[in-house]
Amino acid sequence: MTITFHLNGEEVSLPDTEPTTTLLDWLRDDRGLTGTKEGCNEGDCGACTVMVTDQDGVRALNACILFLPQLQGKSIRTVEGAASPDGVMHPVQQAMVDQHGSQCGFCTPGFIMSMVTAHTNGATDHDDQLAGNLCRCTGYAPIIRAAEAAQAAPVPDWIAADRSFIFSEISRGEVADRGAEPPATAAAPSNTLRPTSSDALATAYAARPKATLIAGATDVGLWVTKQLRDLDDVIFLDGCTDLKQITVTDSEVHIGAMADMNRVREALAPLHPSYAEMIRRYASQQVRAAATIGGNIANGSPIGDNPPALIALRANLHLRKGEARRTLPLQDFFVDYGKQDRALGEFVEAVSFARQPDALRVYKLSKRFDQDISAVLGAFNVTVVNGSVTAAVIAFGGMAGIPKRAAHVEAALIGQPWTAATIQAAQAALDTDFTPMSDMRASASYRQETARNMLMRYFTDLNGAPAHVLEVSQ
Amino acid sequence: MSVAHPLPHDAAALHVTGQARYVDDIPTPKGTLHLAFGLSQIAKGRITAMDLDAVRASKGVVAVLTADDLPFDNDVSPSLHDEPLLAAGEVHYLGQPVFLVVATSHRAARVAARKGDVEYAEEEALLTLETALAANSRFEDGPRIYQKGDAAVAIDAARHVIEDTFELGGQEHFYLEGQAALAMPQEDGGMIVNSSTQHPTEIQHKVAEAIGLPMHSVRVETRRMGGGFGGKESQGNALAVSCAVAARHTGKTCKMRYDRDDDMTITGKRHAFRISYRAGFDAEGRIAGIEFTHLVNCGWAQDLSLPVADRAMLHADNAYAIPAIRIESHRLKTNLQSATAYRGFGGPQGMVGIERVMDHAAHVLGLDPVALRLRNYYDAPAAGGSATATDNGGSAPRPAASPRDISEKMKDNSTPYGMEVTDFELHEMTAQLLETSDYTARRAEIADWNAGNDRLKRGIAFSPVKFGISFTLTHLNQAGALVHVYQDGSIHLNHGGTEMGQGLFQKVAQVAAARFGVGLERVKITATDTAKVPNTSATAASSGSDLNGMAVKAACDTIRDRMAAHLAQTYQQPASAVVFEGDIVRIGAEEISFEAAAMLCYTGRVSLSATGYYKTPSLEWDRIKGQGRPFFYFAYGAAVTEVVVDRLTGENRILRCDILHDAGASLNPALDIGQVEGAYVQGVGWLTTEELVWDGTGQLRTHAPSTYKIPACSDRPDVFNVALYDAPNREETIYRSKAVGEPPFMLGISAWLALSDAVGAYGAAYPHLNAPATAEEIWRAIGQVQNGV
Repeated sequence: MTITFHLNGEEVSLPDTEPTTTLLDWLRDDRGLTGTKEGCNEGDCGACTVMVTDQDGVRALNACILFLPQLQGKSIRTVEGAASPDGVMHPVQQAMVDQHGSQCGFCTPGFIMSMVTAHTNGATDHDDQLAGNLCRCTGYAPIIRAAEAAQAAPVPDWIAADRSFIFSEISRGEVADRGAEPPATAAAPSNTLRPTSSDALATAYAARPKATLIAGATDVGLWVTKQLRDLDDVIFLDGCTDLKQITVTDSEVHIGAMADMNRVREALAPLHPSYAEMIRRYASQQVRAAATIGGNIANGSPIGDNPPALIALRANLHLRKGEARRTLPLQDFFVDYGKQDRALGEFVEAVSFARQPDALRVYKLSKRFDQDISAVLGAFNVTVVNGSVTAAVIAFGGMAGIPKRAAHVEAALIGQPWTAATIQAAQAALDTDFTPMSDMRASASYRQETARNMLMRYFTDLNGAPAHVLEVSQ
Repeated sequence: MSVAHPLPHDAAALHVTGQARYVDDIPTPKGTLHLAFGLSQIAKGRITAMDLDAVRASKGVVAVLTADDLPFDNDVSPSLHDEPLLAAGEVHYLGQPVFLVVATSHRAARVAARKGDVEYAEEEALLTLETALAANSRFEDGPRIYQKGDAAVAIDAARHVIEDTFELGGQEHFYLEGQAALAMPQEDGGMIVNSSTQHPTEIQHKVAEAIGLPMHSVRVETRRMGGGFGGKESQGNALAVSCAVAARHTGKTCKMRYDRDDDMTITGKRHAFRISYRAGFDAEGRIAGIEFTHLVNCGWAQDLSLPVADRAMLHADNAYAIPAIRIESHRLKTNLQSATAYRGFGGPQGMVGIERVMDHAAHVLGLDPVALRLRNYYDAPAAGGSATATDNGGSAPRPAASPRDISEKMKDNSTPYGMEVTDFELHEMTAQLLETSDYTARRAEIADWNAGNDRLKRGIAFSPVKFGISFTLTHLNQAGALVHVYQDGSIHLNHGGTEMGQGLFQKVAQVAAARFGVGLERVKITATDTAKVPNTSATAASSGSDLNGMAVKAACDTIRDRMAAHLAQTYQQPASAVVFEGDIVRIGAEEISFEAAAMLCYTGRVSLSATGYYKTPSLEWDRIKGQGRPFFYFAYGAAVTEVVVDRLTGENRILRCDILHDAGASLNPALDIGQVEGAYVQGVGWLTTEELVWDGTGQLRTHAPSTYKIPACSDRPDVFNVALYDAPNREETIYRSKAVGEPPFMLGISAWLALSDAVGAYGAAYPHLNAPATAEEIWRAIGQVQNGV
């Protein structure tokens, strides 16, 4: 398929593109733009960060796990395009020089592009903005000083112009629906589809039920870069704008499968702040900007962080196959390790849950606070009426082959007075619910004991005690 | 003058615009080939069959080489000749290169490398210190032992005796730029190699051996590395040699870079240690004697393990005058990646040992850990015992401080290896840091806070650093430089040191500019090149500025003196009347621009090119006896760190860190502070979240940033106060500066001790905390303290 996008202010059109060519490889090998670096090739270090502007805004993304078709109609800026065309440095570049923010310099282009993106968006939560950029030399202090020094400077014209490329493209109608089927040219591989609506996706997927669906590519990207798999049929979902909708009504929260995690965080922050805080620590800016909630559910990982939280909210999952739609409780979707209740050709359309008073707390336990996969993730949603537990949904990630409810713990709570004694009794029930395993993230006993302790944390948390070391300051 | 100014890194503008070029960024000729290794799938055994047909048939493959196909030496070891490039019959660890794929693209090579069908007769692998010790699998005949006095007798006679054993994990370097090399075959069979290496001469040496040519036929160039930290001292050999061999084989330019998972699976890391101690103290907390046993996990090949293990022994005293000490070091050979150089080179491990002893003793004796440390410090230098002024261009030597503790009986102020400590700065530094960090008040405040908090506890700790500067292999303490002044007054600078981000090139350029009295814009910094400066030592042991700064100074001074002589003659003035300053040369009352001076000298047929050479004076070291003066001087530092931990999960974080670090008279305070901040965070990473996990088969499970967690942005201390202790080196170093690469790494020990302090707040027992102190390890240690174990 032909891919058209803007790169550092210039239009690029690629008529003959392997669908799983990553932006990083294309920039470095084909385009000769070697400023963007490969540090890990799996989206964990941020050395390959680029800035991408589209209708949804300006975001930092990892070029190493970003396939070229995902860039259709967008505007990309690499480190080579951060300065003005006549060489005036972007304010964050100048600040990084002034504040001694680079040492070996290898991570620097990625930092620059994360900082340019944050600066463009007016974001000043620098630790979060840069959580996906690893630096081994500086200890980060001078980089943060640079970000602070530059934050008040106006957005340079040449950066702001990226938005106008997008908008002018839209007005010219060039990024309108190109249809489910790509234009048939001799050169275009016919195994790549980029539908632009749920309906088009349903049709396309029904026709090729074995195709690989690619949403944000934060997981599938690694199939290509690390497992070195060749994907046959691929369907890119990022054009399906109707799947990106998040709707919050008085009665329901409905999140389209293609909503990225940064937008999910924004939407949930006023409703369930603990969930939103967990998403703050879910991977990094770059990954959250690409990763979708549907992808995180559909890949069925036992350590995906959304499913336990959503299960605790009693969420429903909406699936579609062709014209047929069905809804099931999310907890039933996860059948066994690596096995979900999803038929061939069926895809996740949305997840939804009822509006409810916020008693949800989500505790993510990992070796490192930011950009780390959970050892244990506990999600707690207990209803207490007149001092007694009337309902409880508690779900864990990292404790079994699937995200799973702690049914015995719940049973031990329901109908009991909301007291420390009840909690202690319920903690004992956890052994019946789970037999976790040991791996490089944590031992089985640590998982088991901290899962129990999370229940106590939840109890004291609802009673107003500081819940976490992150809340303590010197 | 250009020295002592906080100038930006010379490549800062290139870094931030993406123009700084690393090996993988160098434009290559059309037809360049790419390499990847096929790796051993078992930890120990014999290769019984190798079917590589599928590899050869894989798309884009040009050649596949095994050990049998190598034309000359099959070795990439920097020391013992025990490290074949490709496994020759035996495999020694899971991840060892077995065959080499040469293909048309990086991806094609990687894809093909996974298609090898290798059969092994598997043998039982030694994966732990216990099994290696039981099997007497070691480097050197037996343990190396350094001692002073009779430690056992001293300990037995002491009022208080403490003992324990704890684990210290290794550490992945995680340089952001993975290992990479590029070899371009030349018309005469020679080779030009670009390598991301801290040791271009070693690359030259190994490549020459591998292609059967003298060293003069191999030229190695290194402009910069994307981080090194010791991981590119010897670990780049395999890639450069592979490229050269493949280039010779195919006649094409060959490039190799490791994918991150390969990099972490193949290359060596910091040595993991198990440290046992038994120490005796008097009632006031003065140490009477101590015994240390170091079990060192060296991995499968010797590499740099002997000097690393030696240096750990040489830092077992850290800042403390210990009357009687015995250090026994076992260098164990296991079937894991061959542990290698890593910032501090064993020093951190040795230092963690004694710092834990100090905290343990303070806990048992009920003393403040700082007070106990102060009682055991080496003495400050006696008045008048310091170096004399010379033409080093820098500040005068500082007057010696008056000795402290004059009421105490004079201590024997020599190290366990018999070196007198004559430059001990820590009394003054400690006093300063305790004041600026408000240590005493905060310690009391934390105790109050802890009394009111059952679940969360805070902890605070102080730790000092005394780090020996010089290569312990004495002959490595030499450096060369090559400087040209062109007829337009521009200056070409070259030396044997390599740039890995530490700012060496900028510091040395500042020296060169200062010697000629010109601005930095006149000085062109050029890539390290074995054809310009031969026989260089690795840029390691924190020695870069000390050695190369001096060598460049010598070269510049040679040219400057020639220029002065010629100008003096031309203007009929004494040579002493010629002054280079402010981009001007003054000759008596005359002033001419530097470029005019250069042109005058050129037309006057004065050689404007010179080499410079330096060797560190005063060194004498016998590593077998453990006696002598292995170090020219010591660099010092001190840190106070405060943390908070959560009993429920062991989660923790650093709330504040205060550091005072001794960089002598800093050549560039901004770059030095950058080294200190970065080293501290890296040191903290080693001792907290950076956990290396191998499974029972010897497979490294933490082989990517998804599973191996170096500190991220938010892991740096909330409050992070870093200052330099502004005092010139008492020894005659370049502008009286001090080495700063490694020493501040060990400031991170204060964070580990602070975590231990917080863990200790949950009960009465002294915490049995291992490193890395992951959340899980802290949680485990809290449980132990609470149960009174």
